[in-house]
Amino acid sequence: MIGAIEPSWYLILAALLFSIGASGLLIRRNPLIMFMCIELMLNAANLTFVALATKLGDINGQTAVFFVMVVAAAEVVVGLGIIVSILRRKPGATADDLAELKG
Amino acid sequence: MIADLVSQISTHEAPAQALLAQTFVGPEVNWFALSPMLTLLAGALGMMLVGSLTSTWPKGLYALVASVTAGTAGALAMVQWDDITDNGPTTLVGGAIAFDTLAMFLTITICIGVLLVSMLTDSFLRGTPNEGPEIYALYLVAAIGGIVMASANDLIVLFLGLETLSLALYVLAASNRRSLASAESGIKYFVLGGFASAFFLYGIALLYGAAGTTNITEMVTTFQSEVDLNNPNALALAGLALLIVGLGFKVAAAPFHVWTPDVYQGAPSPVTAFMASVGKAAAFAAMLRVLVTALPFFRDDWRPVIWVLAVLSLLVGSFLAVVQTDVKRMLAYSSVTHAGFLLVGVEAAGHTAGELDPGDGMSSVALYLMLYSVLVIGMIGVVTIVSRAAGNRDGDSSLDSFKGLAKRRPALALGFTVLLLAGAGVPVTSGFIAKFGVIQAAVEVESYALAVIAMVAAVVAAFMYLRIMVNMWLAPPEEGAIEADIAGTGILINLSSGLAIAASVVFTLFVGVFPSWLIDAAETVNVIAR
Repeated sequence: MIGAIEPSWYLILAALLFSIGASGLLIRRNPLIMFMCIELMLNAANLTFVALATKLGDINGQTAVFFVMVVAAAEVVVGLGIIVSILRRKPGATADDLAELKG
Repeated sequence: MIADLVSQISTHEAPAQALLAQTFVGPEVNWFALSPMLTLLAGALGMMLVGSLTSTWPKGLYALVASVTAGTAGALAMVQWDDITDNGPTTLVGGAIAFDTLAMFLTITICIGVLLVSMLTDSFLRGTPNEGPEIYALYLVAAIGGIVMASANDLIVLFLGLETLSLALYVLAASNRRSLASAESGIKYFVLGGFASAFFLYGIALLYGAAGTTNITEMVTTFQSEVDLNNPNALALAGLALLIVGLGFKVAAAPFHVWTPDVYQGAPSPVTAFMASVGKAAAFAAMLRVLVTALPFFRDDWRPVIWVLAVLSLLVGSFLAVVQTDVKRMLAYSSVTHAGFLLVGVEAAGHTAGELDPGDGMSSVALYLMLYSVLVIGMIGVVTIVSRAAGNRDGDSSLDSFKGLAKRRPALALGFTVLLLAGAGVPVTSGFIAKFGVIQAAVEVESYALAVIAMVAAVVAAFMYLRIMVNMWLAPPEEGAIEADIAGTGILINLSSGLAIAASVVFTLFVGVFPSWLIDAAETVNVIAR
């Protein structure tokens, strides 16, 4: 018999999603995938906010999510712009190919 | 008929409106208190709007408008400063924004940064496809983000400020479309900055779970009244750890500094100056707000972490700077060292955070930020001029390009020497006042080990500054370089960048000789809005 789904389950799910995003960013080399991993991490934080807001019975955590969604959208615009400008110059570039700056 | 309809609709909607009015009361907004931010916003939007409707403006007008906007915002912040000293600190917009001298001190710092960087940018952009209002508008928008971070009294507001600043900086770093290095620096900054922002946000979310609020004032009261000392709140500690990771990235503290050298080197030089001044000031302001103001309850938990970050930054920054061969990269590592010094101040503030007598930690950090901002803009301003010498337009900032600068452009070399000495912390310069402030704050709270490590790091870092000076004064210039300078195809100092560097040098020496007025002003920032 499975009881009602509790907010803490969502917290665990969010922690997992965040870890997947963080490790994906460190492991994957495709700039687009790395970018998706950042979005996954932001959304994991959103899920945490909503779950905690439900747990606390407080509306502020849910409004915070709207702000974060706007920020994430703005980040998509900027991030994709930068990634496209690089890929146009170096088609199929991975993070390892971007090694002009070092020392 | 229409009137009928209208009356019908209005009677229909009246209860809903009444309900809304009951549940939502907008916060009172003291618009004048927000005037520095609003001025910058108006400047940014105005430049974009008018700039897109008119043909190219006359030479230097874009930079002039941006400088005037930043100067006005800074002057307004000084007006607010008087208001705060008369009536005491308070909060604005329903407790979301703190209206205290810490916010105003850093607002003034950021405005000075924008003003000087705009002056440097003018000649840099001349004749490139980027000549236009966009870069300046991005400076102004980034400055708003920085000011919001410095005056946030709510962690979500702080996050919004952080992102406003960061998104503008990502674009600025990648803004030189001719250079692959610039694009690379942009994407590196974006990926690592986004990573850090996500950690920061997750930290806020967990703290929200622990405190039930994101408002700093309410958070302080909650933790003081509800958390049992013997049973620390695991959720809050996890959130604190994530916040420190996010902040560590933003302030470029070792071991989270790996992006700094690449981004500083690849970004267009004036943008590097902007990141090193405004970016660093805003990031440290956020650190003070989060750690010292919002989480004094956990000060014994975060202070050792800051101690370790400070030591690592001091050592990594100063030792790695010595072995670099590119001046911009050297300055990037030296900015890591400076972050270490600032962390010494934050650590000192951590000993007394939340107490009635807050000690000198916070004021020493604020003072350091202002002095370092002006200093670093001057230093990178010189690098901007030298690296753009004709035939060298892609921006070669290697140590070799500084050879014999004293014979080629003596005034520039002299100014750069003063700034480098200040960076090393030599007395009679502002750098000494800044370093003395943080070390004194550390000694006052008996953090002796940290103070000693900081002084050792200062000595090692001085070696790097000396290396640049030796190259300028003792190495002979390359063949034909002096002739090229005379013919006007070598190093060219134009009026606005020359003025910016001169202002930086004068400020550095003036504060070095007469520091007391600024120290007195900085000491007031210890009183935080509640």
